[in-house]
Amino acid sequence: MNLTQKNLTREQCFEQLLLGKTVKSTGWLENIRVEALAHARILNFPSVRHDDWRFTDLSQLYLHGFQPVDSFARLTLDDIRQWLIPGAIRLVFVDGCYAAELSDLKHAGAGVVVTSLAERLGDRQVESSFGRYAPYKQDAFVALNTNFFEDGSWVHVTGEVARPIQLLHVASKREVSSAIYSRNMVVVEPFSRATVIEDYVGLEGGTYFTNAVTEVVLKNDAQLQHIRVQREDKDAFHIGHCTVEAGKNSVYAATSLAFGARVSRHALHIVQQGEGAEMHLNGLALVAGRQIADTHTQVDHAAPRGKSIQLHKCIADSSAHAIFSGKIIVHTGAAGTDSVQSSRNLLLSDKARIDTQPQLEIFNDDVSCKHGATIGQIDAGALFFLKSRGLTEERARNLLTHAFAAEIIDKIPVPALVESLSKTILERMGGLST
Amino acid sequence: MINKASKVLLEVKNLKAEVGGVEILKGVDLTVRAGEVHAIMGINGSGKSTFSKVLAGHPDYTVTGGQASFEGQDLFSLEPEQRARAGIFLAFQYPVEIPGVSNSALLRLAYNTLQTERGLEELDPLEFDDLIQEKIKVVEMDPSFLGRSVNEGFSGGEKKRNEILQMAVLAPKLAILDETDSGLDIDALRIVAKGVNSLLSSDNAVVMVTHYQRLLNYIVPDYVHVMDGGRIVRTGGKELALELEARGYDWLRAAA
Ligand SMILES: Nc1ncnc2c1ncn2[C@@H]1O[C@H](COP(=O)(O)OP(=O)(O)OP(=O)(O)O)[C@@H](O)[C@H]1O
Ligand SMILES: [Mg+2]
Repeated sequence: MNLTQKNLTREQCFEQLLLGKTVKSTGWLENIRVEALAHARILNFPSVRHDDWRFTDLSQLYLHGFQPVDSFARLTLDDIRQWLIPGAIRLVFVDGCYAAELSDLKHAGAGVVVTSLAERLGDRQVESSFGRYAPYKQDAFVALNTNFFEDGSWVHVTGEVARPIQLLHVASKREVSSAIYSRNMVVVEPFSRATVIEDYVGLEGGTYFTNAVTEVVLKNDAQLQHIRVQREDKDAFHIGHCTVEAGKNSVYAATSLAFGARVSRHALHIVQQGEGAEMHLNGLALVAGRQIADTHTQVDHAAPRGKSIQLHKCIADSSAHAIFSGKIIVHTGAAGTDSVQSSRNLLLSDKARIDTQPQLEIFNDDVSCKHGATIGQIDAGALFFLKSRGLTEERARNLLTHAFAAEIIDKIPVPALVESLSKTILERMGGLST
Repeated sequence: MINKASKVLLEVKNLKAEVGGVEILKGVDLTVRAGEVHAIMGINGSGKSTFSKVLAGHPDYTVTGGQASFEGQDLFSLEPEQRARAGIFLAFQYPVEIPGVSNSALLRLAYNTLQTERGLEELDPLEFDDLIQEKIKVVEMDPSFLGRSVNEGFSGGEKKRNEILQMAVLAPKLAILDETDSGLDIDALRIVAKGVNSLLSSDNAVVMVTHYQRLLNYIVPDYVHVMDGGRIVRTGGKELALELEARGYDWLRAAA
């Protein structure tokens, strides 16, 4: 059976994904793949009755029969130039395959190893960390990814790396809907520090499904700036999962952005294993048309004196739907936890919808946890002020929307990326309110 | 400066307006010619800000009667941004804060919008910077305010100065200053007044809403109007302000 047509059932869609191309591997990885596939079969697509999925409507995804990527699409630097970050260490993947000729590793000197994962399977470090964090036994998408991924990135930080490391995952333009698997593994050793940008983009035209899994390990006293940009093409589907294990006194600063795709979901799960770990989570989803963007975060404070500061924003226009679910769990031993979470949301149209769900679970007395959520519209006073200065309604609304987003974007410590994201936002907004 | 031969900028006749079903303006008449300085005074709640906002096109207010024209054009057929482009400027009594939009970005956007409207070249950020460095001198503002979000965290007086900076950049034909002097310290009042004076010419005009005679020592009005209960109940020269200062408003109300 090879279903290429649209309008499949949920079951057919899943079956089709299971028919993906089997990637040859040996030894430890083969064992993991086999196990993952077995779990994928059992898990199947998540039910909407599942608490974590009840707001996420995947029905559009189920309609498609996604084909495995069977041929390597040759792209040139010109095809992807708009997404390149000048001066960055760069790995590029096209439809999940490593594209050495588009990558740029000449700046990856002392203090960091940046390579294709497939090239590094013999590395003890890879073997001992890969698959240990991503929940391939609990999550069907992670299981599918673990079985079907062809290649991915391996980032091993052993010193202070000043240049940003960009992991650029490009979907090429294809005739048929394809299933693309992206995989990343980042390990930051003690007292080491780096900035990693996971970037998901698509060339215009066609439907595809990106399934992305990332594992991040921060050893004691390690620091990571982790920026995740989802700016897929408009008819794409994107489901991502990232697990972070944070060691003692580590600092993890994450920004996750969702702009693209017809339907997208990103789950970020952070476990503070070591005491005194600190994290700053910023997030922004900007959706219009009939887009759906879901961001799920979970922070497990499992050790004493952990700190987490989170700000998530959703902006929804036209008939779009944005979802944020942020869970903070303070475990029994996590005395002295300090946690602040805020969810701020901007509804730009009557038909748009935003669901926000902050959840606190505290199993400890000695903690300080604050959270709050607001949903608002464009401020009428600000709008009139801008119009009274000569700006059109549209210009004024865009400016205010951009300003709302800028609070997240501007904090990204990579100026070239900030600039490019600002442009992306303005372009997306050009399509808003139409 | 009064010159009966100069062009009429604003002509308001029997203007009535309401908010939330309550009539606030009950028949305002006002004519402003190029080159003139007008002051509008009156007790709290008499409708001065409402009048200002109605002229600027605030959506909360519904015009229920009368006419207003600007350089012969029906004001109420224009959107707020069209009025701004035609040359009307309102300095707000309570300037809004706009987090995330830098002062310089807003000024450039607004300036370029007007340039385009007037068929002139837009300025790029570098060219605009030259212009803005000139203009901030008018209000003696520290350049660091340009990089900050519009009015965010500004003190009351700084916000008012910022309004005048916008006026200086946009060079309106008719500036309506709603209590720009309130909340200014003595030095700031002098600076702002000097700034406004330097912007005045025989081609433009200003309408100042104020509670204090002090401002009028610096910006000398050709006309002083008293608003009460949504109407202009008395018009005089600058000596009317002195009289109000000395006697308050009661005698006027009794006479009305
Ligand atoms: N948006 C509104 N909703 C309800 N009432 C309003 C609104 N705007 C104005 N009003 C009412 O209209 C009347 C006139 O208000 P306005 O602000 O024009 O007074 P003002 O003369 O500017 O007073 P002040 O000297 O205190 O600034 C007041 O009674 C006020 O409460
Ligand atoms: Mg007022």
